[in-house]
Amino acid sequence: MNLEFSASERRFRAEVQDFLRESLPASLSAKVLGLKRLTREDLLSWHRILYEKGWSAPSWPREFGGPGWSAVEQHIFDEECALAGAPPIISFGVRMVAPVIMQFGSREQQEFFLPRILSGEHWWCQGYSEPNAGSDLASLTTRAERRGDHYIVNGQKTWNTLGHFADWIFCLVRTDPEARQQEGISFLLIDMRSPGIKLRPIPLIDGEHEVNEIFFDHVEVPVGNRIGEENKGWTYAKYLLGHERVNIAQIGQAKRELSRLKQLAARELSGGRPLMEDTRFRDRLAEAEIDLMALEITVMRVLSAESARRDPGAESSVLKIRGAEIQQTLSELMMQAIGHYALPWIPEALEPGWQAHGGAEQDWPAFSARYFNLRKTTIFSGSNEIQRNIIARRILGL
Amino acid sequence: MDFELTEDQAMLRDSVRRLISREYTFARRQAILGSPHGFSAEIWNLLAQQGIFALGMPEDAGGYGGATEIMLVMEELGRGLVLEPFMSTLVLSGSLIRDHGTVAQRAQLLPKMARGNCRVALAHHEAGARYVLDHVGTHATRGKGFYVLNGSKAVILDAPVADLLIVSARDESAGGLSLFLVEPGAEGLKLSPYRTQDGRSAGDLTLENVKVPTAARLGSPGFALSALEQAVDCALAALCAEAVGAMEAVNESTVQYLNTRRQFGQPIGRFQVLQHRMADMFLMATQAKSMSYLASGRCRNPDRSERRRALSAAKAYVGKAARFVGQQAVQLHGGMGMSAELPISHYFKRLTMINATFGDVDHHVGAYSDLLRTNVS
Repeated sequence: MNLEFSASERRFRAEVQDFLRESLPASLSAKVLGLKRLTREDLLSWHRILYEKGWSAPSWPREFGGPGWSAVEQHIFDEECALAGAPPIISFGVRMVAPVIMQFGSREQQEFFLPRILSGEHWWCQGYSEPNAGSDLASLTTRAERRGDHYIVNGQKTWNTLGHFADWIFCLVRTDPEARQQEGISFLLIDMRSPGIKLRPIPLIDGEHEVNEIFFDHVEVPVGNRIGEENKGWTYAKYLLGHERVNIAQIGQAKRELSRLKQLAARELSGGRPLMEDTRFRDRLAEAEIDLMALEITVMRVLSAESARRDPGAESSVLKIRGAEIQQTLSELMMQAIGHYALPWIPEALEPGWQAHGGAEQDWPAFSARYFNLRKTTIFSGSNEIQRNIIARRILGL
Repeated sequence: MDFELTEDQAMLRDSVRRLISREYTFARRQAILGSPHGFSAEIWNLLAQQGIFALGMPEDAGGYGGATEIMLVMEELGRGLVLEPFMSTLVLSGSLIRDHGTVAQRAQLLPKMARGNCRVALAHHEAGARYVLDHVGTHATRGKGFYVLNGSKAVILDAPVADLLIVSARDESAGGLSLFLVEPGAEGLKLSPYRTQDGRSAGDLTLENVKVPTAARLGSPGFALSALEQAVDCALAALCAEAVGAMEAVNESTVQYLNTRRQFGQPIGRFQVLQHRMADMFLMATQAKSMSYLASGRCRNPDRSERRRALSAAKAYVGKAARFVGQQAVQLHGGMGMSAELPISHYFKRLTMINATFGDVDHHVGAYSDLLRTNVS
């Protein structure tokens, strides 16, 4: 039992820190830390820098071009990147579809797709949710009909994140409408430039364009773009969801936010006195920090179990629920910390070069937008209610 | 970074768990609870044979292991709802004597304590102090070769079953707090014993011109506050671990109840509102265990503010979890949760009293929060 990182883990952390100091462009980290809007090119330019170093797919094994890091090393890497203000890894390719292609894809699929995910040539997005298939994903109705060596895809996907940046989409489609719900689904890889694909942006609560509806109208998809067997897609989808939990607790980002929040509370005045002197606010801050400590140690327990090749099982189910809640709590405290300054809605403040006025700091107009945006965290990747169903059924046996 | 147990640690945990589940059935515990002191010498001796009183003791006193082993044993004592005064003797008093005793005091007491042959209670808390450690009105006046103690102590855990007391007093000659080893039968010492809500023994003490030799002073004169802080931090870690063990037992038996109790033609565990409550209880207990690990890992950290941060964070979190899990376990058991004939109500009482011992949630959130004022990073 040892809470401290080992000497080799500390050396690894120092190596990551050195790399970030040298290679993370200041203009990019300023955007991330200043809560500015990130463009496709911002995200891709960071991906390419990581690719040069061989670190663009931190979770991949060596045989597919990853660094072959242990679970603990991946955690350290994620944490340091977040603390330094690096843009997030584009997860749909690297962390979601890639593990499925590695595990269930054909050799041709592996050879074609994996190097392009690694280099950033292909940006991936996800086609899971539908208007009538959210938490009940298996009730999806987007249809793929076999016509010779093609499928013809018709239907609609929704809540598709950053599809307007994407080159490819991985989709769950119904290939056998007669079979029981989960047994008639296949997993298709679809080129976003295929004729018949239309995107409609869904403006979100914070005014930003992050998600889309996607319409498929007689879209032709080669049978060779199906992962594994026909009608076995649900198995692959579940495998993907299992991989989604890597870094799901977002410890590094939460630590960064918390530290900013503390600095802000020490600086920001309330009736002329630092907000930090307000016991009610400070106690909330203390409780948020304590919650984060508990979550971080739970993450460590999961990593330790993985290193010892023991199934972490129970502990890992906690991560999504608490990680999402903590992100929301911190964003709410940030908004609360600036008092009246939570009110102004200034979309141009999300672009570099905007000049703050009226006594506000540069990034303040982003706080409320961020609070509204992060309400998504308890809804996406299996809502926190679905997560509780999973704990009740699978872990507790209710 | 490593949370795996060594083989020896796993063996210790398993053997204590086996002993308790064999010897400390709920019926047996209820019988002990009904006995005059709420304490069984037979169980105490069985635990002593298992070697658990030697944990954290110096090797020359027959000791072995440290904070992790104590944590594992406390989890099992919590799981078994064991009433015997392990924490007072080993964790609080044991660490005070080990860290601050003279060669003679250590040689005289530690080997006996490690074998389970001497129970020691800490008489510190006084009216008006609440959870503040340096609020002590009992005073010690120094004479030639002796001290005279006067004052009163309140809610002293395990005092009625102790063979020896450690009494804190304001040391008039030194200008700070000092500690004294006092025999329970000393002249001028009066104990009013009672039981606690959760079945332990405790009592109030009055000291009227209690005379102790200078050699009975434990540690340097006037410097007891930091010694007490350290000992109480070890006790906080032990309490966190005990609460974790109790919460795990409560959750297991609540799941079992939800799966067997039928209403509206089905097991009540089919109802989503109860499933989600149970999931939250599990979640809180899991996180509390993480914080208990932190508490044990840091409870002897020499950096005082780092130790305060960790221990207050842990006790605050575990306290919140203990309250939630305890209350909801009673709620989910319905009327059965109210019955004194089933273990759940007894677990709930223990979890509630752990919260009130050495600082509740508000106290420790406050202590943590105060550190934030000075420590912005």
